[in-house]
Amino acid sequence: MAKMNIIQAVNDALHLAMKSDDNVVVLGEDVGKFGGVFRATVGLQAEFGEDRVIDTPLAEAGIIGAAIGMALYGVKAVAEIQFSDFIFPAYDQIVNELAKYRYRSGGEYPCPMVIRTPVGGGIRGGHYHSQSPESLFVHHAGLVVVAPSNPYDAKGLLLAAIDSPDPVMVLEPKRIYRGPDHGKNWGSHPKGEVPEAHFTVPIGKAAIARELTGEGTPVTIITYGAMVHTCGKAAEEAAKEGIDVELVDLRSLQPYDLDAIVASASKTGRVVIANEAPRMCGYAAEMSAVVTEHCFDWLEAPVTRVTGYDTPFPYTLEFAYLPDTGRVLKALRDVATYA
Amino acid sequence: MSDNLGTTAPHVSVEPVSVMAPDGTVLDQDFVDTIPEADLVALYEAMLAQRVYDDRMIKMQRQGRLGFYLACTGEEACSYGPAYALQAQDWFYPAYREPGIALWRGMPFQAWIDNMVGNCDDPVKGRQMPVHWTARAQNIVSISSPVGTQIPQCVGSAYAAKLRGDDAVSICFFGEGTSSEGDFHVGLNFAGVWKAPAIFFCRNNGYAISTPYEKTTAAKHIALRAHGYGIRGVVVDGNDILAVIKVVREAAEWGRAGHGATLIEAKTYRIAAHSTSDDPTSYRTREEEAHWGERCPLKRLRAYLETKGLWDEAREQACITASSERVISALGVAEGKPHPDLDTVFDDVFAERPAHLQAQYSELKAHLASGQSAYKPK
Repeated sequence: MAKMNIIQAVNDALHLAMKSDDNVVVLGEDVGKFGGVFRATVGLQAEFGEDRVIDTPLAEAGIIGAAIGMALYGVKAVAEIQFSDFIFPAYDQIVNELAKYRYRSGGEYPCPMVIRTPVGGGIRGGHYHSQSPESLFVHHAGLVVVAPSNPYDAKGLLLAAIDSPDPVMVLEPKRIYRGPDHGKNWGSHPKGEVPEAHFTVPIGKAAIARELTGEGTPVTIITYGAMVHTCGKAAEEAAKEGIDVELVDLRSLQPYDLDAIVASASKTGRVVIANEAPRMCGYAAEMSAVVTEHCFDWLEAPVTRVTGYDTPFPYTLEFAYLPDTGRVLKALRDVATYA
Repeated sequence: MSDNLGTTAPHVSVEPVSVMAPDGTVLDQDFVDTIPEADLVALYEAMLAQRVYDDRMIKMQRQGRLGFYLACTGEEACSYGPAYALQAQDWFYPAYREPGIALWRGMPFQAWIDNMVGNCDDPVKGRQMPVHWTARAQNIVSISSPVGTQIPQCVGSAYAAKLRGDDAVSICFFGEGTSSEGDFHVGLNFAGVWKAPAIFFCRNNGYAISTPYEKTTAAKHIALRAHGYGIRGVVVDGNDILAVIKVVREAAEWGRAGHGATLIEAKTYRIAAHSTSDDPTSYRTREEEAHWGERCPLKRLRAYLETKGLWDEAREQACITASSERVISALGVAEGKPHPDLDTVFDDVFAERPAHLQAQYSELKAHLASGQSAYKPK
């Protein structure tokens, strides 16, 4: 085991994948010589050459379009979109082409490739370096979407994505790239321990980030990405008030782990769903419907969402906008005391 | 080899390459001599057959037997020419007006017709409109309706082939209207930087549905765009199939030699309507259509073959009759086949059907079994 933060885990996964398979190619803006603006691809070009670690022109539609062509031909492309806020020039390529290739070709042309892109706020990035666009991609049938919350899952999910026969988007929680929370790095976190060898985290399987202790009113939190840590902190606070949280870290958004969701929600009967993205048609809305459809008979309180507001992402007031521990805690109290 | 292959510096030439004048007069005998006479006859027969298929398909669409059709009438040379010029290992990214690449490269005719009907043997399993086929065995990538998306993809395939050391080029097709899309510019730029062995084949047929060339661009030629991206640019008479073969061969040689990409602008004319949903009488003149009718790609090749004693009216009529019977018979067969299985709605979304799609499949089956569905199986 080695100590890694998320960036190091991503970098390690890419190194392993490129070393074990000549067919893996990394491409994106500034990923080569510079190693990426977040340093996720540092050292790759020096080791594997300019032909396999490609500094592309600054055009997202070209990065994804070309990666699709490589995938169709049989080369495994791992494309980086520097910030998910800049992914939209490639939206047509992703939703009309990448997502549909296998289906529209009657299964003749699968398009297995990977898109890595940092998501979420909390880095003082304003609305063009902070958005969480996951619901726009899970909506389009044909894309696998995963969202790791820690170094272990970041490496295991990325390696699983590279092995996958389907196109996979890996949404990396950029504000916790180097530590799980402000002022804290991954050094002391159990999920900062990452095996050095190749391993995969199964796509479609959630993790229980905090189990019920049996003391207090049980409540389920369903979340993913950086919000796992916000919610974890809220769960610790809530425990002092007699609220016992089971924290479900979805890890995969499409497909999602229905069994884990139903198991937890039907056990606790009280459910809070948290995501950073705006509320309107956000991922939490789908989870809310899923819980209601599958667990209605067990519910003791209305399914409650904690989300970003339905505004563009603000700059100066980002920490007012972002769902914080206090908002999660309030939701926990509301559902725990609902009668 | 034209002069502009004498140097590795990409060159843009807007003087249209011609091998045969509209009346069939040979302008470049040396090039004609590179193509066996039997192939010239086969190419003519194929283009004539295509014209018959297109004519019959449009009629059958009018009769309500097809939902939709897109003919390539007037532009046959722009798909049969490149199909002839390239090799088995090369990759093709069609737009939607290039049936010639499928049929010349050996896509089974019945499969092509099955796609028009969307039946159980349609290669795309009835999931797309007619004219959106796929042909994996021929390295022809499946077709989508959004225009231009195939251009950067073609560059990706070209790059992948180069990375692997394969001797394959990738060609994509699009109309001049598509040259306004971002993907066109992005694709050409990537190809230039990567020296990708790609061929960008622009069918400049004068119209983007109803929008004429002068409302698409202020540039005199689409091929001029090549200069800005550091790739070769060539203009060709797109109604001269031999000239098309010539420029595509040169572009492929240029790519295989490691020099990179070529933008080919084929000046042609969409004698057909854009699709069966279009009526060109409302936006262009009969005189213009007649002018281009004289420059038809079939006419000139036929004239040449006749002077050589390789073709005559009897063969013409025999080919028309045989092609007509072939397409009508195949359509009858296609119409007799059942719809794709219900599974095909949920398969191929992912490599394996995930639990949520299995659940939705069960939901749909139960709905159909209830007799309350608007869908009537065939």
